[in-house]
Amino acid sequence: MQDEAALAINKNERPTARRQRAWNPRLLILLIPPIIWLSIFLFAPYAVLFINSFWKVDFGSIVHEFTWGNYTKFFTNSLYYGTFLKTLKIAAWVTVFSILLSYPLAYFINFKIKKNKQLFYTLVIIPLWVSYLVRAYAWKIVLGQDGILNNVLLAVGLIDHPMEIFLYSQYAVVLALTHIYTPWVLMSIYTSLEHIPRDVLEASKDLGAGRFRTFFRVVLPLSLPGLIAGATFAFVLTMGDFLAPQLLGGTSSMMVSNVVYSLFGVANNWPLGSTIGILTLFVVLGILQLTHRLEHRTTSFEAGTRGR
Amino acid sequence: MDKRFKFDWLHAGLSTSAVLVFAFIYLPMIVVVFYSFSENAVNSFPIREWSTKWYGVMMRDTALLDSLKNSLIVAVAGTLIGLLLGIPAAFAVDRFHFPGKALFERIVLLPMILPGIITGVSMMSVFVLAGVKLSLITILLGHGTFLIAVVMTQVYARLKRFNRSIEEASMDLGATRMKTFFRITLPNIRTAIIGASLLSFTLSLDEIAVSYFLTGRDLTLPVQIWAMLRRGITPEVNAISTMIFVFSVVMIVIVTRLTSEKSEA
Repeated sequence: MQDEAALAINKNERPTARRQRAWNPRLLILLIPPIIWLSIFLFAPYAVLFINSFWKVDFGSIVHEFTWGNYTKFFTNSLYYGTFLKTLKIAAWVTVFSILLSYPLAYFINFKIKKNKQLFYTLVIIPLWVSYLVRAYAWKIVLGQDGILNNVLLAVGLIDHPMEIFLYSQYAVVLALTHIYTPWVLMSIYTSLEHIPRDVLEASKDLGAGRFRTFFRVVLPLSLPGLIAGATFAFVLTMGDFLAPQLLGGTSSMMVSNVVYSLFGVANNWPLGSTIGILTLFVVLGILQLTHRLEHRTTSFEAGTRGR
Repeated sequence: MDKRFKFDWLHAGLSTSAVLVFAFIYLPMIVVVFYSFSENAVNSFPIREWSTKWYGVMMRDTALLDSLKNSLIVAVAGTLIGLLLGIPAAFAVDRFHFPGKALFERIVLLPMILPGIITGVSMMSVFVLAGVKLSLITILLGHGTFLIAVVMTQVYARLKRFNRSIEEASMDLGATRMKTFFRITLPNIRTAIIGASLLSFTLSLDEIAVSYFLTGRDLTLPVQIWAMLRRGITPEVNAISTMIFVFSVVMIVIVTRLTSEKSEA
């Protein structure tokens, strides 16, 4: 830890000394293969997607004629921009719920559990590894018409006939996505809490701060980088999700990726699909840039306490 | 006394919410496991008769087994691509300073963070444009691209913690750069590499958004399960899901063992 911090300072202080050795042949050997790979399989695809977004479509086949039409269609047709806004809303809800669920658990494991911390941590990350599909599909059993929730509610007498709205609604989608992405947020928050030196908490207590004050003035600010990183993950992944809405949502809970999915599939309008894909890409990149900055602003605060 | 009481109240609240969140995360998965042993072809509640027949159905489903085979091929090859390109990338970022390094780091990570559907449709567009037929190979290329990021982050995290003075010591004692790499550096990051491989393997096995768009005639396991779900073949899916769940748990236990083994240093 100590030398890591020292190294970081070194890096910042003597950039010129190091820069002379840039483009050393060993570096090129390491760097060129990944760069070639990414150029072919990352840049080229995005470039093609971008170019495709300006083509016309005629009876399902692409006509190579420049047009802004796809973009105007997106911004004037409420089916497209409306779905996009709805997706942002769903993503925001999922992010908020994920944070609310993750933080107490992350805090609990990190500060309250003394024995078997490793076991609890493993329990937290197991869901990350368990098939996305399994977790999305599980909700179908729970929420379905003959599902667990309906039958329990019937048995208790809260409802007198099975409700269909549990499944095939926006709620089901938000619920399932929250379930799917909570472990990401949880892991991220947990990691940042773990990095908080215990002496800082002691110091805060010794200086007379109460439990709440210590939390809001010390723990929470120091965990912000992890919280932001996790929130970004949840938000961005939700924005791109098309499987859970299709599996659990009705037609009213179609998200932007479902529109892209159908434009590249049955609707067969690749240029318009590319347009929406590109717009999603830009929004996601914008969010990543924004949160990257936020993270850095908060990390600089953390850096001072790192060299324990 | 007063203070003591307050502490308990907070603690109880925290414990309760922790238990509830754990339940929220795990119950749906456990439900699937239970239903995989239900005799009924519909997922009705409560389960009336127990049976293992869906496991038998699963084992005889050739389309499913083929898709599993395809998935294993893609996962192994994809992991190799990830390792071959991700490890050098991790070393480049850890050991060198070069113009655009911060940008390079962020670009490598993009396929891991960007929604799979965007990566999927853009790769499909470029393959169609280039006249490449969609097949297991195109799925593999898609997986390789995000597995580079997975391997790079895992190995880079270990390299950052690795104390380089022992490398210097090795070279001071006369070992060549090569020898130092194979005798000192590699053994020290070995567990990170194994962990990254298992993680890549599992992620590839589970990947669906990118695969969906790059699939030709041969389906991977998740794409096959997706097709089954859409056709409403659910009891069999319960059995497969349970197998996947068990497999994932085994993998994660191995990986946490591996990564915690030396990470305390």
